[in-house]
Amino acid sequence: MDAVLITNVLAATVVAGTPLLLVALGELVCERSGVLNLGQEGMMLMGAVIGFIAATSTGSLSMGILAAMLGGVLMSMLFALMAITLAANQYAAGLALTIFGIGLSSFVGSGFVGQSIDGFDKIAIPLLSDIPVIGPVLFNQDLLVYGSLLIFVLVFCFLKYSRGGLILRAVGESPEAANANGLKVLPVRYMAVAFGGAMAGLAGAYLSLAYTPMWTENMTAGRGWIALALVVFATWKPERVLLGAYLFGAASILHLVLQGLGWNSSTELLAMLPYVVTIIVLVLLSWNPARTRLNTPLSIGQPYRPSK
Amino acid sequence: MATAQRLKLENIVKEYPGCRANDGVQLTVNAGEIHALLGENGAGKSTLMKVIYGVIQPDAGSITWNGHPLTLQGPAHARELGIGMVFQHFSLFETLTVAENIALSLPADQARDRRKLEARISEVSEHYGMALDPRRYVNSLSIGERQRVEIVRCLIQESSLLILDEPTSVLTPQEVETLFRTLRQLSHEGCSILFISHKLQEVRDLCHRATVLRQGRVTGECNPAEVSTDDIARMMVGNETPLSTQVEPREPGEVLLNVRELNYRTSDPFGTSLQALSMSLRAGEIVGIAGVAGNGQDELLRALSGEALVSNDSITLNGVAIGQAKPAVRRRLGVAVVPEERLGRGAVPSMSLVDNSLLTAYGEGMVNTGWVAMGKVRDYASRIVEAFGVRTASIDSHAASLSGGNLQKFIIGREAMQQPKLLVASHPTWGVDVGSAVAIHEALVRLRDEGAAVLLISEDLDELFQLCGRMGAICAGRLSPLVNTSELTIERLGQWMAGDFPSAAPSEVSHAVA
Repeated sequence: MDAVLITNVLAATVVAGTPLLLVALGELVCERSGVLNLGQEGMMLMGAVIGFIAATSTGSLSMGILAAMLGGVLMSMLFALMAITLAANQYAAGLALTIFGIGLSSFVGSGFVGQSIDGFDKIAIPLLSDIPVIGPVLFNQDLLVYGSLLIFVLVFCFLKYSRGGLILRAVGESPEAANANGLKVLPVRYMAVAFGGAMAGLAGAYLSLAYTPMWTENMTAGRGWIALALVVFATWKPERVLLGAYLFGAASILHLVLQGLGWNSSTELLAMLPYVVTIIVLVLLSWNPARTRLNTPLSIGQPYRPSK
Repeated sequence: MATAQRLKLENIVKEYPGCRANDGVQLTVNAGEIHALLGENGAGKSTLMKVIYGVIQPDAGSITWNGHPLTLQGPAHARELGIGMVFQHFSLFETLTVAENIALSLPADQARDRRKLEARISEVSEHYGMALDPRRYVNSLSIGERQRVEIVRCLIQESSLLILDEPTSVLTPQEVETLFRTLRQLSHEGCSILFISHKLQEVRDLCHRATVLRQGRVTGECNPAEVSTDDIARMMVGNETPLSTQVEPREPGEVLLNVRELNYRTSDPFGTSLQALSMSLRAGEIVGIAGVAGNGQDELLRALSGEALVSNDSITLNGVAIGQAKPAVRRRLGVAVVPEERLGRGAVPSMSLVDNSLLTAYGEGMVNTGWVAMGKVRDYASRIVEAFGVRTASIDSHAASLSGGNLQKFIIGREAMQQPKLLVASHPTWGVDVGSAVAIHEALVRLRDEGAAVLLISEDLDELFQLCGRMGAICAGRLSPLVNTSELTIERLGQWMAGDFPSAAPSEVSHAVA
């Protein structure tokens, strides 16, 4: 492979990894508060379809993005109502949300299948984009890629350095102790779930407005589920989520490249590659159980009922 | 009273479905006073404490704070007023540092400058003689150190009333001394302390006044230094229950269990690995192992029960190596186990007593070619309930519906009626009322008299001194020598609990890491 090809592959990797990065960062924050939301796939699909509809009907991509995030938040609030306020089983509530989202997005988007839209353009950042290899890979991308990297930095700093992040981690480790310390467990969890919803919506919109600017049913193709696995295998650390997301992106580009290079093995097997590679690498990374446990939100999956 | 009243509770009532946890409780705490709140588990101490700390709202009654009537909005409100609380099961976050834990309970503006906060933590902890490193992660701290974090946290918030819930139950005797020095110093500086306990001697040593609760009501108020411990105990338990078991010494028989150089590496990052543990138990004796929680007690129980497998030769029962034998095999050989957690490990909470007896007693002719003989199981369960005085609505009640003491009597009974050769019991009377504790002690002594070996792992030193023929202590996964109880002083045992004992292997210098 020559340098141009490598640069192109890397640039495509970042693009393919971005939706996964967005949705996984949202889920990471959500899980750090002790709430497991299995509804990512459903929220992403709703984000994708709402974003597409809003963008085509208003003609504004930013309206599309805004509407998609709002849609994700609304979906997540449905989940929060069941899993936080009513203290229902988080697994069941999340699965229900995914199934609901798949159905509702197909219904809402049925009239829009096959339409296309002008997606986000690449914006080259002056000077930086002239650096060989790194320039085109990181600094000649669309707005949402820059946005996702900014969100990554914000989430990383929020968790590590801010008081809000400290409160979030505390609530996720032990809601009982957090309550005894006078922290407000339920509002913290609501906000974390809402952030997860907004990110899932944004990730969905990235698929329907930038990655492949069109709407098709089930266009997320299981990325919501991969994001869930990614967060666990990344041991709830944002930097590992970033790595895993781009790894997934690289593997999904690789199979196209391999096909292009004339590898004649089965397409289905190659299409499995991203999922397999991502999971294997992250399993290897999370090998050390002691270190994993220090980052695990211990109360995850358990509803919290404040005592009266 | 000449001194100012800091806190006054009048007619506090709190009702839960099925029980009146507080039934018209009166309590006054003066400025600078160390006030004891005494009572058995279930007497309503915890409920009252939660009322004072604002965790729950009372159904009726009034609270007066420094002369002003008060309705508490929640723990944050209580803390703002200067009411601090040190929990029995600490309310700390294990994956955060000391400073982060303390920062979480301070207002945001005081917590922002982390370096200043760390300096303040060091300063306060030194002033009160409780060394603390603000940058350590809580999961690496000992239980005593965690308690210091909670106390320092209250002090940094400038509490004028400190509530301590059973603070000494997790400490070595030496750590208790340090704690008491700190509390006396605080009291001199004018801080009021509400000291919740059921250990009478400690209350007599430390407290100026005591209020005793039984079944949600105040049954007495006294100056503990002027009243005998027996009199206080009577106020706590009433007149019907005996206060303790009489244990006659007994000559033990042949060696039954031999543990040699037992090593077990735990995979739990918060656990303790066992290092070269050796001991032998003879038939017809009760051997005690004291120690502060988390020093390898649970790992030892797992290694003996077969939940954790160890090198085969390191454990022998009657000369048979069983280190690699699974729990069911050991059970057939006569090993019975009563774990510390009653609900979840000793019994399945959502199953009836009948089903719970089947769980370990299936060997008593209850299963026939794969079919359960329900009649026999029911019969077995009723016999336990009768013989061990288990108070329950019926044998079909869920295990979770029994009180701690009654469930524990049931579990001990289930094991004892299988006539085990070796019974390993961990903290069998933890959180159990005096009446049930006496019944459990009697059951253990009866087993001993029938020729079984009993290994009693406990934090309750009174219990150990009362029941055991020989005892020692476990610290950081290492076991002290086991000596005759009559030759052991409480000071020496305290040193052992802190790890100060000759190492079993002479080649190895004793700097075990927890």
